[in-house]
Amino acid sequence: MEKSERRVISVIVVNEASVLSRITDLFSGRGYNITSLTVAPIPDSKYSRLTIVTSGSVRVIEQITKQLHKLIPVLKVYEHADLVEKEMALIKFPVSENITDISTLCGAYNGKIVNVGDNVIIVMVADEPKRVDNFLKIINKYNPKEIVRSGAVALER
Amino acid sequence: MQISGAQMVIEALIAEGVEKVFGYPGGAIMNVYDEIYKQDKFEHILTRHEQAAVHAAEGYSKASGKVGVAMITSGPGFTNAVTGLADAYMDSIPLVVISGQVPMSLIGTDAFQEIDAVGISRSCTKHNYLVTDATELPRILKEAFYIAASGRPGPVHVDIPKDVTAQIAKFDYSIELDLETYKPHTKGNPRQIKKAMEAIAKAKRPLFYLGGGIINSNAAYEVRDLVHATGIPVVETFMARGTLSHDDEYLISMLGMHGSYAANMAMSETDLVIGLGARFDDRVTGKLSEFAKNAGVIHVDIDPASISKLVNADYPIVGDVKNVVEEMLKQSTNINPAKYASWREIIKNFDTLHPLTYHEDTDRLKPQWVIQRVGELLGDDANISTDVGQHQMWAAQFYPFTRPRQWISSGGLGTMGFGFPAAMGVKAASPDKVSINFTGDGSILMNCQELMTAVEKKLPVINIILNNNYLGMVRQWQTLFYEKRHSETDLSVQPDFVKLAEAFGGIGYRVTTKEEFDAALKDAIEKNIVAFIDVVVERLENVMPMVPAGGSLFNMMLLEKKEKK
Repeated sequence: MEKSERRVISVIVVNEASVLSRITDLFSGRGYNITSLTVAPIPDSKYSRLTIVTSGSVRVIEQITKQLHKLIPVLKVYEHADLVEKEMALIKFPVSENITDISTLCGAYNGKIVNVGDNVIIVMVADEPKRVDNFLKIINKYNPKEIVRSGAVALER
Repeated sequence: MQISGAQMVIEALIAEGVEKVFGYPGGAIMNVYDEIYKQDKFEHILTRHEQAAVHAAEGYSKASGKVGVAMITSGPGFTNAVTGLADAYMDSIPLVVISGQVPMSLIGTDAFQEIDAVGISRSCTKHNYLVTDATELPRILKEAFYIAASGRPGPVHVDIPKDVTAQIAKFDYSIELDLETYKPHTKGNPRQIKKAMEAIAKAKRPLFYLGGGIINSNAAYEVRDLVHATGIPVVETFMARGTLSHDDEYLISMLGMHGSYAANMAMSETDLVIGLGARFDDRVTGKLSEFAKNAGVIHVDIDPASISKLVNADYPIVGDVKNVVEEMLKQSTNINPAKYASWREIIKNFDTLHPLTYHEDTDRLKPQWVIQRVGELLGDDANISTDVGQHQMWAAQFYPFTRPRQWISSGGLGTMGFGFPAAMGVKAASPDKVSINFTGDGSILMNCQELMTAVEKKLPVINIILNNNYLGMVRQWQTLFYEKRHSETDLSVQPDFVKLAEAFGGIGYRVTTKEEFDAALKDAIEKNIVAFIDVVVERLENVMPMVPAGGSLFNMMLLEKKEKK
């Protein structure tokens, strides 16, 4: 088996109907893996940008980029080497937990409290995926009630 | 000009120079068929099944080099056509397939004859469209033809809801296409070509490996020039048959699973593979790690994704093979064909050792004989289509092809039922040639309803059924790899093919001897109507030689030598 590596790929596509399913069908039809996928329109253009986190051998990654590029609405495919990558997570805690501790931790992971209710507080963090992993591990002891993670977004340095 | 969406379809087809449309009407496409009725610029050929309409369009395209067009309705009409789309996609055949869809207001309601057609066709087309507004139709149809025929060709599917075909809008087909995201790379990189030519000049045992891309890009005659200028021997893939004439001194034969011993050994012994428009399919390479193990690889392909997908290319060249070969030819002046004489001699010895042949010693006709005989009698005068199975491999091995586009067969998808409708399309494109379809008793039943189309539209395809009362290729594998457990491949119970042909108004022959075969073929050609020639052949004949799936090319199962009596 060839070594499987994590890769972040950005795809610029024409913002038209069914373009997202063309991308995801390509992955499922050819047996490629998608770890996460983030998509949003590029401001003031007719394009959207997708950030796909995937993994595979060198040969598989090469095929992914080439096959993506073959799709008619795809303008550009970047396979990032040196990049800034961020992911977001929202976490809900019982208000009975130590909010000061949680708030301090959030600060260390580029986050903050975003909502306080009668029974729960919601915090957000935005950081590198590995650091988000880390944060989620640490805050486990404060009994998080719900966790939601976004896919990654990335820009070449 | 303000016209309906349906009229736009007709106007676009006329503007694209379409002469034949293969199709089958139905509820959702009826507006378009109403416009077909009113025009006389192109002929509509009513097949008796939507799958056959697409295969016929494929055959038409393969024989003519033009974009094939098929027209179908929504729901079951569309799903029937999917096999044809997939077949065209795998073999890079340029098609525009237009389907009707339920009205926009009903889409998503599980309406009568509704299916998510673009959802289904996405994975088996080069591109597809759901047209939601008639104002978009001129651009979409123009794009569809352009995308189908350019770059690596392929089928494009346009799905049009019924109310869009009724909608009145402005039609202007002189619009300029603005496909910012689709720009096929047709010129090969000059530096890479130069490097490749240097590698060729250095190689001791180079080998041309020709694929179907050469036929698609109409590059066969340029390739012939390059081969003759360099004196480098040639192996052809199944899809490339006819690139070189069968009697060309530099042509070894077909390679791969049922390729000749000499072709496969040449591939195993070469020190430089020059792949032109070929994609290193698993039926060609056998075990990848053993394929051309000690050779450098030049790979010319219009599709960057094909390069280094399976076999790493030392000299990748992305471009249209015709352009690249023309450039290679210009740079080939320093190569002396005499240099490779000893290499060609080695290959000739391989061929002498195990020539592509068969034993002709039983009471029954040998299928290979039938194919060779058609070759002797018709040669260049026939276009050859096939279905899928043993007969197909024998045809690829034994028919004496003389030109590109003479050979039309389902390669990538391996679609049984392809041959007969494709041969009708071939006949429609090339009426001066005899259209032969080699088929099997299994394959022919998969689209035999096309007898009706062939009779009605006077498309006198001659179907030569190599009848062994078996699903022969599967039977062969069961014999060789499943200890002769012939599970569900015995086709002893078969229709009377003579009567079947006659029931549709065609002509049928049952043939058991060589004399009967010659007489039947002659008669069928003279009568000039669709024919079934049901040839009773040896039941247990195997296609040889053979590389077992996943085996190495140099480890072939060979034809057993006959002991001398």
